[in-house]
Amino acid sequence: MATQVTAARPLRRGLRIGQQRALWAYLFLAVPLLFFAGIRILPAISSLYISVHEWNIISPVRPYVGLANFQTLAADPRFARAAINTVRYVLVGIPAQMVLGLGLALLLQRIVRFRGLFRALYFMPFITPIVAASWVWQWMYSVHLGPLNKILQGMGLPAQGFLRDPGQALFAVAAMVVWQYLGFQVVIFLAGLEAIPRVYYEAAEVDGATGWRLFWRITLPLLNPTLVFSMVYSTIVYLQLFTQVLNMTFQDQGGPLASTLTLVLYVYQLGFQRFKMGEAAAATAILFVVILTITLLQMKILSKPVEY
Amino acid sequence: MNRIWTAIIVGALVLALPAAGIGQPRVTITYWQYFFESKVKLVDQLIAQFETQYPGVKVAHEHFPYDAYNQKVASAVPAGQGPDVINLFYGWVPLYVDSGYLQSLPPDAFPPVQIERDYVPMIKASKLDGKYWAIPTAVRSLAMFYNADLFRSAAVVRPPVTWEEFQAAAERMTARDDRGRITTMGFGVAPSGQDHHLLREVLFRQWGAAPYSADNRRVTYATPAGAEALRWYTEMITKSKVGAIDFFPGAGGYRNAFMAGRAGMIVDGSFAIGAIRRGTRASWGVAPLPGRTVGGAPSNFGSYWVHGLTTRAQGPRREAAIQFLKFLVSEQTQRLWLDAVGELPAYKRLVEDPRLGADPVMGPFVSALPYARATFFVDEAAQRQVLVDAVNEVVLNNKPPRQALEEAAAKEQKILDEFWAKRKRP
Repeated sequence: MATQVTAARPLRRGLRIGQQRALWAYLFLAVPLLFFAGIRILPAISSLYISVHEWNIISPVRPYVGLANFQTLAADPRFARAAINTVRYVLVGIPAQMVLGLGLALLLQRIVRFRGLFRALYFMPFITPIVAASWVWQWMYSVHLGPLNKILQGMGLPAQGFLRDPGQALFAVAAMVVWQYLGFQVVIFLAGLEAIPRVYYEAAEVDGATGWRLFWRITLPLLNPTLVFSMVYSTIVYLQLFTQVLNMTFQDQGGPLASTLTLVLYVYQLGFQRFKMGEAAAATAILFVVILTITLLQMKILSKPVEY
Repeated sequence: MNRIWTAIIVGALVLALPAAGIGQPRVTITYWQYFFESKVKLVDQLIAQFETQYPGVKVAHEHFPYDAYNQKVASAVPAGQGPDVINLFYGWVPLYVDSGYLQSLPPDAFPPVQIERDYVPMIKASKLDGKYWAIPTAVRSLAMFYNADLFRSAAVVRPPVTWEEFQAAAERMTARDDRGRITTMGFGVAPSGQDHHLLREVLFRQWGAAPYSADNRRVTYATPAGAEALRWYTEMITKSKVGAIDFFPGAGGYRNAFMAGRAGMIVDGSFAIGAIRRGTRASWGVAPLPGRTVGGAPSNFGSYWVHGLTTRAQGPRREAAIQFLKFLVSEQTQRLWLDAVGELPAYKRLVEDPRLGADPVMGPFVSALPYARATFFVDEAAQRQVLVDAVNEVVLNNKPPRQALEEAAAKEQKILDEFWAKRKRP
């Protein structure tokens, strides 16, 4: 409004209309920027500061300890376990989620009727509160009372330990996370698929290409930006796994025998249950570096410009 | 001369006024606790009483959700805010002492000799560097809750007195479907619930292994006797299969299973009485924890929340805080606390009251107080994890109990060493 009123005459301080508009834009942009700096950047810097200090959460005295917290973590088998588990969640969860998501998106793309309904159904877990969903899954996995073992036994198969079996627990948790993010994945892929011009397929079909060839030569390369986005996004989700694990193993968090423990859950335990804020901050710093490195690598390696 | 007299009279009046409480500036002190409805209501009442007794003092009562309690303290204290009198779990006291956040109880107001004479023995866990740093109003202990209906239908005629009887009763009450899946547990096991306390302070001791050295610096349970205790406990899960870990998932799953009639017996604290009273459909009862042999030495785990004076309480606020603390732990308050909150009094004298001992629900908990011990935890979360993992190593990985226990002891020793190495005070 202001610009319209003043548009006709030159401005007092000699700002041209364009400059004034930009100024206003920056002014409005500064508000979220300040908020972001205060809520995100400052705490991140302060956590770096804490990571080189010893701080038991209560004490006003926080002596500088250099890299001692990092050394403690390096010698801590529970931290190593949490780190390995976190990588395993990524390696198990993401391929499962992407393959299933792409498969479902391709199927949904083929149908016209009920596509919206199916998409909504698949999307539903994504908007279900994580805590509630985790508790329901925990009951489904219950060794003695859960329906999953009842089904297995009905088929004549032996009952499984699921969350009580250190060999299966991580997969059991990952399955729940895949279920939860699948709908989101499908929606992203559907959008990506819709964005591929039909012309390419038609041209290829004229040239005699069919089925798999179309998929490998057209769909997959042109879907690359979408694939990279969802890969990067879900890597971050899996590297930050916390709520699902905490709630599905509520009595022995990250258990049994640390088999489901993740880095973020361990950070929480160190900081808020054992009051070792310095070590918790150090673990956070490590996680930050890992996420940053992996994300940059993924962006660099995976995003290739596709030329046709 | 007149002037001199006037000055003397004025001077005397000035000195006398505060004593009479007239014109004295009101001192406001702050009390913090976590939110537990019955406690919050009671403390509000107590503060009103206290303020009529001490008109010069005003007490501000603030409370926070349990999960956020330490975080709240952590953020308020460095900012120079926070309470003058604070309610803490006894296991946090070493941390608060080392952080320089508590002042030791003044010996003239709370003589250590008197504390040790008047209180149940478990409160010794709050003595650090030869001084008491905090003091409780009420304490808790463990006992066995049993489902009387299940007892009846399994023809268990009385609550078990020995662990052997306990196991037999559990076996008779356990029900399974045709596939062998448990539908009702005889014993609602919960290593990460109260069973790690049961192992530490009850089973290890009764089997002949003291869990820690007298100075709390060494872990001493990794003996053949300790391993036998662990073997007995884990075989209820692996061999006789009378219980399953996480049978009901979630926090307090064992208690929920009991309340739902799916567990014949559980070991739980007196703090569970309220929930069990409200939520259990079957008829139920409480019995003291069994012993290894009939008439053998009993043992129990006790725990408590303490009130401490923070370093913020100085000058007139300190005097007021001491008065309030004395009021909070007085015999009268302890009686009210028992009625309103259901927690057991911390005074020996009150515990020995025959009426309390005869109470069918409170009695078994009360009878354990003279010998209940509060573990000197330096990092409760980590120390609990160590024993929970030891049980899981045996149950899930078939590790021999002796080996699992030795590994546990080594891990816990490291936690203790770290604590003692960091203590700056003598």
